[in-house]
Amino acid sequence: MATITPVLTAYWDEADAYTYAGYTRHNGYQAARKALTTMQPDDVIQTVKDSGLRGRGGAGFPTGMKWGFIPQGDNKPHYFVVNADESEPGTCKDIPLMMANPHVLVEGVIIGSYAIRSNHAFIYIRGEVPHVLRRVQAAVAQAYANGELGKNIHGSGFDLEITVHAGAGAYICGEETALLDSLEGYRGQPRLRPPFPAVAGLYACPTVVNNVESVASVPSIIANGIEWFGKFGTEKSKGFTLYSLSGHVKNPGQIEAPLGITLRELLDLAGGMREGSTLKFWTPGGSSTPILTAAHLDVPLDYESIAEAGSMLGTKALQIFDQTTSVVRCVLRWTEFYKHESCGKCTPCREGTWWLQQIMERIEHGKGTEEDIEKLLDLCDNIMGRSFCALGDGATSPITSAIEYFRDEFIAGTHTPAWELFPYEASALFAGANA
Amino acid sequence: MALTDKTRDEMREIMARYPQPRSALLPMLHLVQSEEGYVTPEGIEMCAAELGISAAEVTGVVTFYTMYKRKAMGKHHVGVCTNSLCAIMGGDAIFSRVKEHLGVGNDQTTPDGKITLEHIECQAACDFAPVMTIDWEFFDNQTPGSAIDLMNDLMADREVTSTRGPVISSWRENERLFAGFADGKANQGPAAGDASLLGLNLARARGDSIPANPGADA
Repeated sequence: MATITPVLTAYWDEADAYTYAGYTRHNGYQAARKALTTMQPDDVIQTVKDSGLRGRGGAGFPTGMKWGFIPQGDNKPHYFVVNADESEPGTCKDIPLMMANPHVLVEGVIIGSYAIRSNHAFIYIRGEVPHVLRRVQAAVAQAYANGELGKNIHGSGFDLEITVHAGAGAYICGEETALLDSLEGYRGQPRLRPPFPAVAGLYACPTVVNNVESVASVPSIIANGIEWFGKFGTEKSKGFTLYSLSGHVKNPGQIEAPLGITLRELLDLAGGMREGSTLKFWTPGGSSTPILTAAHLDVPLDYESIAEAGSMLGTKALQIFDQTTSVVRCVLRWTEFYKHESCGKCTPCREGTWWLQQIMERIEHGKGTEEDIEKLLDLCDNIMGRSFCALGDGATSPITSAIEYFRDEFIAGTHTPAWELFPYEASALFAGANA
Repeated sequence: MALTDKTRDEMREIMARYPQPRSALLPMLHLVQSEEGYVTPEGIEMCAAELGISAAEVTGVVTFYTMYKRKAMGKHHVGVCTNSLCAIMGGDAIFSRVKEHLGVGNDQTTPDGKITLEHIECQAACDFAPVMTIDWEFFDNQTPGSAIDLMNDLMADREVTSTRGPVISSWRENERLFAGFADGKANQGPAAGDASLLGLNLARARGDSIPANPGADA
């Protein structure tokens, strides 16, 4: 049986897991204390670098290396910013993490801020999750009240202030430079890079932007060491991570496992597909990662192997769809999402997603034309890589991959509506009287 | 409704949280919504005056973010996730039944002013699909039947509790929370929903030894 490694999730089943008392009952904040009182900031950066921890927000960039890019001795304020704007369709790991254990995030922020010499950190939480906001606000308040935050923390001479900030509904603010613009009080539009945030981030000062799960993984590394962390995962994708299973599986939910576990193993843990159903297609890491099929059940879910299989590990959001699902319907809805969420700054993305949506809608209605598939691919080719950020790229991924694996369904869209090919009620979780 | 000096003072309190005051604009607009029921011209003027920027600059920000509303909202905001996964798992059917039941379309408010309905994007709760929200609080694992029951409860002012959060108050009260003013409800609701515990419960049931970590007693 595949290994499950509840580290971040270890005590989520305790009623007070989210409180200071619940967290410190299991040695919470000891890692921050260790870092602040026994380690130099550079040693903390080196440890995180050596651990091989890679960003859990999608791109997989080495976290310690990001910290190491912050110039030191530059006489500018440094800022540590947590990207808690989880909104990539299918992604649902940071929200339960912050709800059940906000203190591990706060502890990670303390360690990270100390490492990059930042005295003011921000946790940017998407707006639409009030209860998560409450838990994080409360955790920060409790951390202040117990001397984990504030001036001269534990006599270390290190000062840290954390501001919890709520967004206002914009997927693009999960892109780190758009997040910074939003945090500065502007429309959340991505910036041209370089300069990267490490050089000119928040208020044009050196800034680290890290995903929630990445930051929350740091305390365990500091407490237990890099050898312990390296016991989990693969050579290039070290550690454990949250895999989120959703869709047509018997038991959807979060499974924390070493990087490199396969979908077959995860499905097995989740009780398999729902009754009478077979796997048709899935996303490895949210809607922006090219879809895969049953042929990829045994691909290790690590950064390298998924890339070799033609997709991306992304956020490890495994959205599972069975044989009842119209891939055209599914992709159209994602396309509508990207069209809605495009910030409008770059023409290929702003106009291109508009075009893609119209063509996808025709195909769903069985009114596509012979040329539509080639036109979709041509449009995707003209959007991909041609904008400031990856939103436009993400809009093309589901389309090009769906055409690769299910071209016949797009061809059928030239004569038959998707709801006739795949009656939509068959995909829903409820039927009959409930529906 | 007129904005008061209290609102102005609270805006200044928000501005003080940031190294540069303009960073306070998003929470200030949430505060305006909480006071006014939507982003009113008066609210825009007050934000602009406090931050020393033009009303046009504030408006430019307002129109960018979907949570800011330009017309009066109902007492409750009801959201139905219709992004791909929730839609396919039943969100489309739920949205269509709720529209029919309330007699309103997307982004419209019931004549009694109780409910503003909106189809929403991914709420990061896909393992609880199909998902709805009331005043942005989670309502997990919904069906058309459960959704209609919820609507009836809201319309009759009966108490409604989020599946993973507090007793519902109102959209405006939560807007105050988004402005950064704690409401003391953090302890309501469970630490985690069932789906969030899938892996942990399996590990416990199998007797897997949980690896040492800073939260561990090892």
